[in-house]
Amino acid sequence: MTLSLETASTDLEPGGEIDTKPQRALPILWISAATVTALVGLWSLVSFYGLVPPLFLPSPLAVLRALSGLVVTGFVDATLAQHVAASLSRIFGALGVALVLGVPAGLAIGTSRWGKGILDPIVEFLRPLPPLAYLPLVIIWLGIGEASKIAVIALAMLPPIILSTAAGVKSASADHINAARAFGASRRQLLLQVILPSALPSVLTGTRIALGAGWSTLVAAELVAATRGLGFMIQSAAQFLVTDIVIAGIVVIAVVAFLFEVVARRIERRLVPWAHHR
Amino acid sequence: MLTLENVSLRYAPGDGRSQALLVLDRINLNVTEDDFVVVIGRSGSGKTSLLNLAAGFLAPSSGRIALDDRLLSGPGSDRAVVFQDDALYPWLTAVENVAFPLRLRSVGKDQRLKEAYALLERVGLPDAADRKIWELSGGMRQRVGIARALAARPRFLLMDEPLGALDALTRVRMQGFLLDMWKSSRAGALLITHSIDEALMLATRIIVLTANPGRIAKIIPVNFGRDYLSGIPQSELRASAEFRRLHDGLTGLIHSEDEGIAA
Repeated sequence: MTLSLETASTDLEPGGEIDTKPQRALPILWISAATVTALVGLWSLVSFYGLVPPLFLPSPLAVLRALSGLVVTGFVDATLAQHVAASLSRIFGALGVALVLGVPAGLAIGTSRWGKGILDPIVEFLRPLPPLAYLPLVIIWLGIGEASKIAVIALAMLPPIILSTAAGVKSASADHINAARAFGASRRQLLLQVILPSALPSVLTGTRIALGAGWSTLVAAELVAATRGLGFMIQSAAQFLVTDIVIAGIVVIAVVAFLFEVVARRIERRLVPWAHHR
Repeated sequence: MLTLENVSLRYAPGDGRSQALLVLDRINLNVTEDDFVVVIGRSGSGKTSLLNLAAGFLAPSSGRIALDDRLLSGPGSDRAVVFQDDALYPWLTAVENVAFPLRLRSVGKDQRLKEAYALLERVGLPDAADRKIWELSGGMRQRVGIARALAARPRFLLMDEPLGALDALTRVRMQGFLLDMWKSSRAGALLITHSIDEALMLATRIIVLTANPGRIAKIIPVNFGRDYLSGIPQSELRASAEFRRLHDGLTGLIHSEDEGIAA
C-alpha cells in the first residue's frame, strides 16, 4: 500500500560507490510501527507522571478499559457493536444513494454539453459547503430521523463521486471510443460498454475519497436526535466529560476508516486490474 | 467500392491557429475490395486525417466520400479500423475483445465466443484467448486488434500505422501476416504508413502524399504483395532489382520534397 521511496533510491557510500547490496534499510512499516509505539509511550509517561490531569488526557490503560467496557456493557444504552452498526448503516446507506445519483450525474457531465451546463453549477455550489452549514436545513426538510442523517452524509459524498466519474469519462481514450463507433456501436452501447468501464478506475478512487468525506460528516450528522452511532457516542461522552470514552470512540473511528481504505484498495485491484498496468 | 472525390479537409482558425489550415487538398481515390492501397507521406501530410475521413470519424470540408455511390454519413461496421496503439479494451480478455463487434450486434454469447476463438486461431494466437491485454506483446496485441476488426466482417480494413509501434523483426513478420489476412478476408485494405519498405511490400497501389497541404503527388502500382502471396519469400522480393529501384525512387521523391521546403 505504501510506496517505498527508501528502497527505490540507491544509497551513495562515502567512497562514492553505489551500494548495490540488498537493502539493509528498515522497512517503512517498521518505522511507522516505531512511531506509533513512541507516541503511545509518551502518552503513557505523561499520564503516569500526572503531567496532564486525567480529565483532559486519561492514560492509555484507562482508554483500553473504556474500550472493553464499551464492548461488554456499552455506553448510553448501546454496546460498541450497536454504535458501530448504526454508523456503518448510515455510511453505507449514504454511499448507496451517492453512487446511484452521482455516477449517472458524472456520466452526464462528462458526455453531454447539456449535462455539464445543468449539473456543473449545482456541484460547484455543493462542493465547498461544510456539511454543518446545510445540516439544519436538511433537518428542517427531512425531520430528525434517519433520512436527514443519510442525506447529509450523501450530500458530502456526492461531489467527489460526481467529479471523479466525470474525470473518468474524460480520460476514456479517443481510440477506444472510435473503435467502437467504427463497429457500429449505438450511443447507449458506447456509454455502457466503453465509457463506463473506462471511467471505473476513477469512479472507485472517487468512492474512496467519498468514504473519507462520509466519515468526517458522520459525527456532524449524529449531532442531532441520534440515539446510536459512534459520533453520537463521542458527543454524549464529551457532555459528561467521560474523556476515556471520547478517545476510545475516536480510535474506533480511525481503525474502522482505515479498514475501509484497505478493503477499498483490495476491491479496486480486483475490479480494475488494468488501471495498474497501463 | 470506397470513393473519395475531390476531398479537401480544412481546419478553421482557432486552437492556436490564426489562419485556416488546409490539411488535405482535392484528394481523388478509389479503393475496391481487391485493392491494398497504402498511403505514404511524411508527418504533416494529413495521411491520418485521410484515414479518419474514410472511416467516417471526420467529415470532409468539401468533396464527397461514398461507399458504392452511397454518401458516407459516419463510421460504420462495413469499414473496420485498426489503430496504431491497438485500442484493445483492457477490461476484456483477448477473446472478449475479438468478440466485441459481435456483442454490439447482439450475437449470443456462445456463438460470438466460438467465432472469436476461430479468429484468434486464424491470427495464430489460439493460446492467448483468455489472457489479459497487458499480458500480450505489441505484435500479439496488433494481431488481436486485426482479429477484432475481422470479426465485424468488414468490406474494408482501414489501418493507421498498425505496425508503427512494433520492433523491426516483428514488423517484417507482421507484413506477411497482413497480406495473408487481406487475402483470406477478401476485404479491401487502406493502410497508412511512413515506411517505404512496408508500402512496397504490402501495396497493390501506393499513394504518395505531399505535406502541407496533403496532395497526391504520385500513384504507383506495385505487385510485391501479390508475389508474396503466390509463394515468393519476402527476402527474395526485397533483394530484387525492381524493389530497390522503386525504393530509391520513393526515397528520392520524399527527399526532394524536403529540399523543396528548405529552399
